[in-house]
Amino acid sequence: MTHSSTPTTNEPDQPGRIRGIAGAVITVQGLIGARLYDVVHVGHERLIGEVIRLTGTRATVQVYEDTTGLRADDPVEASGAALQVELGPGLLGGVFDGVQRPLPAIRRAHGDFIARGARVAQLDRQRVWPFRPLVQPGDRVQPGDVLGEVAEVPHLMHRILVPLHLSGTIETISAGEFRLTDTIATLRVAPDGDGETAARIVPLTLMQRWPVRQPRPYLRKLDMDEPLITGQRVIDTLFPIAKGGSAIIPGGFGTGKTVTQQSLAKWSDADVIVYVGCGERGNEMTEVLQSFPQLEDPRHDGPLMNRTILIANTSNMPVAAREASIYTGITIAEYYRDMGYDVALMADSTSRWGEALREVSGRLEEIPGEEGFPAYLPARLAEFYERSGHVCCLGGDRGTAEPRRGSVTLIGAVSPPGGDFSEPITQHSLRTTGAFWALDTDLARRRHFPAIHWRNSYTLYDLTRWFRGQVHDDWELNRREASGLLQREGELLETVQLVGADALAETEQVILQVGRMLREDFLQQSAFGADAYCPPVKQFWMLKTILHHFYLLDSAVRRGVHLDRALDPALLADIARMREWPTERAEEEAYALMERADAAFLALRSND
Amino acid sequence: MGGEVNRSEFLDRHYTHGDLHMEPGTTNHPHRLLTKEYRTLSYAAGPLVVVQRTTDISYGEIAWVMLPGGVRRLAQVLEMDSDRAVVQVFAGTRGLDLERTRVVFTGDVARLSVSLTMLGRVLDGAGNPIDGGPPVVPDARPDINGQPINPYARDHPSEFIQTGISAIDGLNTLVRGQKLPIFSGFGLPANDLAAQIATQSAVLAADVERDTGRGEERFVVVFAAIGITHREATAFQRTFEASGALDRTVLFLNRADDPTIERMLTPRAALTAAEYLAFEQDMHVLVIMTDMTNYAEALREVSTAREEVPGRRGYPGYMYTDLAALYERAGRIQGKRGSITQLMIVTMPDDDITHPIPDLTGYITEGQIVLSRDLHRRGIYPPIDVLPSLSRLMNAGIGEGKTREDHRQVADQLYASYAQGRDLRRLVAIIGEGALSAEDRLYLQFAETFEREFIGQGRRDRAIGDTLALAWQLLAALPVTSLKRINRDLIARYRPDGT
Repeated sequence: MTHSSTPTTNEPDQPGRIRGIAGAVITVQGLIGARLYDVVHVGHERLIGEVIRLTGTRATVQVYEDTTGLRADDPVEASGAALQVELGPGLLGGVFDGVQRPLPAIRRAHGDFIARGARVAQLDRQRVWPFRPLVQPGDRVQPGDVLGEVAEVPHLMHRILVPLHLSGTIETISAGEFRLTDTIATLRVAPDGDGETAARIVPLTLMQRWPVRQPRPYLRKLDMDEPLITGQRVIDTLFPIAKGGSAIIPGGFGTGKTVTQQSLAKWSDADVIVYVGCGERGNEMTEVLQSFPQLEDPRHDGPLMNRTILIANTSNMPVAAREASIYTGITIAEYYRDMGYDVALMADSTSRWGEALREVSGRLEEIPGEEGFPAYLPARLAEFYERSGHVCCLGGDRGTAEPRRGSVTLIGAVSPPGGDFSEPITQHSLRTTGAFWALDTDLARRRHFPAIHWRNSYTLYDLTRWFRGQVHDDWELNRREASGLLQREGELLETVQLVGADALAETEQVILQVGRMLREDFLQQSAFGADAYCPPVKQFWMLKTILHHFYLLDSAVRRGVHLDRALDPALLADIARMREWPTERAEEEAYALMERADAAFLALRSND
Repeated sequence: MGGEVNRSEFLDRHYTHGDLHMEPGTTNHPHRLLTKEYRTLSYAAGPLVVVQRTTDISYGEIAWVMLPGGVRRLAQVLEMDSDRAVVQVFAGTRGLDLERTRVVFTGDVARLSVSLTMLGRVLDGAGNPIDGGPPVVPDARPDINGQPINPYARDHPSEFIQTGISAIDGLNTLVRGQKLPIFSGFGLPANDLAAQIATQSAVLAADVERDTGRGEERFVVVFAAIGITHREATAFQRTFEASGALDRTVLFLNRADDPTIERMLTPRAALTAAEYLAFEQDMHVLVIMTDMTNYAEALREVSTAREEVPGRRGYPGYMYTDLAALYERAGRIQGKRGSITQLMIVTMPDDDITHPIPDLTGYITEGQIVLSRDLHRRGIYPPIDVLPSLSRLMNAGIGEGKTREDHRQVADQLYASYAQGRDLRRLVAIIGEGALSAEDRLYLQFAETFEREFIGQGRRDRAIGDTLALAWQLLAALPVTSLKRINRDLIARYRPDGT
């Protein structure tokens, strides 16, 4: 399996010549030796492009930069390699465009605007990294085995793996300070039987390359039994996602897709976050860039930026690179997964990626499918989401007592036209993803954030065992009770719209009251300030307190007490302030509040 | 090549003035020093012309279509093969024939002459002066398509702009570098509102400059009229003139009876001027573009003529990218003192906010101001419906040191209370007012007063302090215990009766 994935390199042949140009798509004559998805350099400015169709002696190329100014007969050179990313220390904290060119370096070289044909190294070649070997000369190693490690940031050891197409015996390996392209070790590779007789010595470096459109291999997929804790109450409590799972967040404009994605990027308990800004606003990328270095990582020392990799291909940057940005992001995510880390990738927005596919497909004059999208849209979406997973890493079952496991969790925002979820990208994404967090325009207009609607959303991940074991035995019980109440409240509100609240029975009024508490005091959560991150244990005790209040109210009303009398404004105000509880005192605070409520309701009884 | 004729003679005669073209013989391409002329047209329909047997044409280059009789029209290469070019003619193909019409390729992209002398000028939709004045003496000639700002070079917008409109300043605050559309409907006063914002902001900037003597408050307006009527265009010009803001304004006018395809150029030319003024001349530029719906129609027309696969409602699939390339030209850049703020008017066909034009716009811009036909009918001006309106960058631009410490919480409270009043209004329509409690009636009344006084301020210019004071005055009608969005300290400090 690993052999086929070898990124081979051919010598560049005679340059081809441009024959036609239409937007990001050009046709080239005489590009000898080019294979599908090989990278080519276009024109005198050597713009980056990728071969997407071959017909006879003509190749069709999508260009990752603005094609204005190109002319017929301009040269096109094959690079002999597929579109690749560079993988190695220096990725964390980085900001790259859709084809992994670092934006800070582009700015240094070309100024505040992105010039065409910007040539910068993907990873910093000058920086020196301390390398500590974990194998010795004479050791036999297989693809994916850990050669050694580099402390890339204080909390994360960057494990240097044996390239996934090589195995052999370590000849030399040394500790010390190395640049990315320095030789850190040499590997004696046995003859592979393809006519090769002598063993070769292969130098290994801190950096490797990988073609982005090819998923990185792993040993096997594992069950997903652990949640990705997001600190968002509506997600963790009602619609949790597993580490290695996938979810989509669709919503019309103004419903808070990006704010939700950013909250997830800030607070999820992943080791590494890859944030792909795909065809979105420039100012939003700036916000991440300016706020993440200031925000403390809640789990490790240092700023959040230390665990974050940003791929920014904003809406005004070339459309073909937007298509590539998703693959660049996922390949980097898989690379950290292979080291044994939990990675979460946020793609904002997959609709813009789909539209880039549609645009290129239109230029190719392919027969359109639904709403002009190409017929292969569902297949591409499925391929992408299937690159998520909780896996046993290649080489992860050797050398260590514990198998090395990693995960990639994918969370894709979707921007459905007109906020209508029946459109192709939402529908096809639903087929392959496990959680659906539906953003609702009406909730957003009422300033209910996060505007994830409890009635339309769902999760397919059953993480009850984990929550019962790690948080509280009653977790699932609470969750069901809360969902049921919200459902019932929704039905009752429809009735109220027609006949007014007075027509309801008192027990039903109780449900309205508690439904409102659930919505306002539990589900609503500010994306900023102290409430932005709410750990599961606090979520549990907050919910428990509300449900306890429900039982008291319900039984009081059933005994004939008027709801108006049963509602104690002081208690309600304190419930509204539960979000201010310090996490470590959540249980204590919850018991105190529940006991006060018990006492108040007891007093109510004796007054009767 | 068969199509070429004696070109230097021709150039001498024809390249006298005009903006979006190259001077004779100047080209930025090393392999070609002179322009080329062809008489090999094989197709002309709608805005498109096909020229055969072309060589060495570059993608996106500007061309002149020379009609029999000496009329020339600006055009651009849209698509090309090795010996054929598809050319889009901005002023339309009327009067064009295949035998005598010639096409001259300039070897360069569309450029605009920019300089400080543009201020106070009126230009056509393609950037040529139409006010009878001399051509703009260029300080630079940038490509009108611009280049994307490196996201890493951007600075996050966080500076409050006082528009003098309570519904905007108080609830949907605009900040420098933001792009905020006004979603309007046919017959709603979006243009009046835009003009009012522009003049009031300008007046304020002038005051600040006079009072503080600080030169950095250099505020200018770039106005792009895209297919608006003569009446609307004149109204804008008059408003600017009356307020004395005209000499701080660059007007680009493409009127309803001007060539539709020229609308493809108008916003690009305007934004190119804005970029020059903001990032080369350190000015704070407010770009007003009206009406983006007309721009999108032009885009659709070209797309249809090219027989492209249509997206929703016939608009091309790349409309999002195309609009984004315009809207994303707003912003701030680290280390630069100027800024570009965009206010664009989008008329929603049939008041439908899910129509592709407002929909795609809303996905790109940083919020939206939505006008309401209901408020307009009730004589409330500006008829801003604050519930669906939103400014995504508001939080960065308000609070202590920017507007006032209570701003966020007051805004939240106004929203919540007004939303409650509106809900009750709906309920009353069904079950009658009799079913309401006394407190409910207060909210109903609050919604009424809020619309009339806070939103319906008329043509008045209201400073942010006055807006907040009015907000507190209105909130005083509600029981103090119901002000849940404002903390107690602020209530004590700002509520009129102090409790």
